[in-house]
Amino acid sequence: MTRIAIIVPAFNEEKAITAVVQGLNAVAEEHLLNLRVIVVNDCSTDTTSEVISTVDCVALNLPVNLGIGGAVQTGFMYAFENGFDYAIQVDGDGQHPASEIPKMLRAAIDQQADVVIGSRFIAKEGFQSSALRRFGINYFRKLNRMLVGITVTDSTSGLRLISRKVLETVSAYYPDEYPEPESIILYSLKGFKIVEVPVTMLERQGGVSSIGALASVYYMFKVTLAIIYTFIRIKFRR
Amino acid sequence: MAKIQIIAIAVSLLFLLYIVRLIVKGKLREEYSIIWIACTIVLIVFSFWRDGLEVMAHLVGVYEAPNLVFTGAIFAVFIYLLHLSVVVSKLHSQNKQLAQEIALMKQKMQERP
Repeated sequence: MTRIAIIVPAFNEEKAITAVVQGLNAVAEEHLLNLRVIVVNDCSTDTTSEVISTVDCVALNLPVNLGIGGAVQTGFMYAFENGFDYAIQVDGDGQHPASEIPKMLRAAIDQQADVVIGSRFIAKEGFQSSALRRFGINYFRKLNRMLVGITVTDSTSGLRLISRKVLETVSAYYPDEYPEPESIILYSLKGFKIVEVPVTMLERQGGVSSIGALASVYYMFKVTLAIIYTFIRIKFRR
Repeated sequence: MAKIQIIAIAVSLLFLLYIVRLIVKGKLREEYSIIWIACTIVLIVFSFWRDGLEVMAHLVGVYEAPNLVFTGAIFAVFIYLLHLSVVVSKLHSQNKQLAQEIALMKQKMQERP
C-alpha cells in the first residue's frame, strides 16, 4: 500500500495544530489511506511541542528555529529515511483543508506526476489571499515561465505533494527561506513532472503569516535572486 | 626617533600582545588570527620605517601617501568582511544540518525507549 507522509511545519500554532492533525487523520480513515502525519515544530515559543505530543502524529522538534524551508526539509528527510512513497506538505495554520489530500494523490497517481501543487487560482474559489500577495504570485508566474517555460498559477502555495524521487532531491537540498517559488525552478530543472490541481483554501485559523507587509519587498527581491541563482547553479552544472 | 613613532610602535605591540592573549585563551581561532597578526606586523614595519609609506606610494604612483593608506585599508576591510560573510554562511548551513539531525534523532529515541 502506498505510504503517505503528511508534513506539517508548525511555528507557534498551538491553537490550530490539533484540528489540523485530527482533520488529516479523519480523512485518512475515511478514504482508507496509509497516511502518517509528521508535525515539524520549528522551535515554537508557545506550547506547540506539548500539544503535538498529545495528538496522533510523529513529532519532530527542532532545537533551534530554522524557518519554513529548514523545517519542511526536516520532514522530507524523515519521510525519505522511513521509506514513504509520497510526501504532502500542509500548512499548520489550517489554511489547507484536509479534504483536498485525496484529490492531490489521485492527480499524482493518474498523471504520474512527481510534484502536485494545490492552486487556489484555477477554480478561483475560497480564500484568494491579499492583493499584494496576488501581485507577487503573478510576478513569480511570469518569472518561472521566462526561465523554465512552465506555468504554475500558484507558485507560493504551501500545499504540495512530492514523490519519493523528489524526496531524495529535497533531502539533500531545499531552500531555507521562502522555499515555495524557488523549489518550483528546482523541480522543473531537475526534470520532474509538475501538475497543478484546483483547491479551495481557507483563511488562517490562528497564528500570524510568516510574511508581514513590510517584508514583502524583501521577499520578492530575495526570492528573485534565489531563483536566478538556482537557475544558474543547476543549468551550468550539467 | 619621533614621538609618534614610539607611540605607534607601543600601540602595535600592545595590539599584538592582545591577539596572542586571545589565541592562548582560546577566544580566537588561529586561522582568523593570521590576518590580525599580519596587520600588526605591517603597522610595526611602517612605524620603524617612516619614509616607507612615501616610498610605497611613489612605487604604485599615488601622489598623496595617506590616500594609499585609506585605499589599502578599505580594500582589506571589504575583503575581510566578505570572508566573514562566507564563514557565517557556512556556519548557518552547518547549524541547520545539526538541528535537523537532532530533531530526527530525538524522535527516534522517543520511538524506542
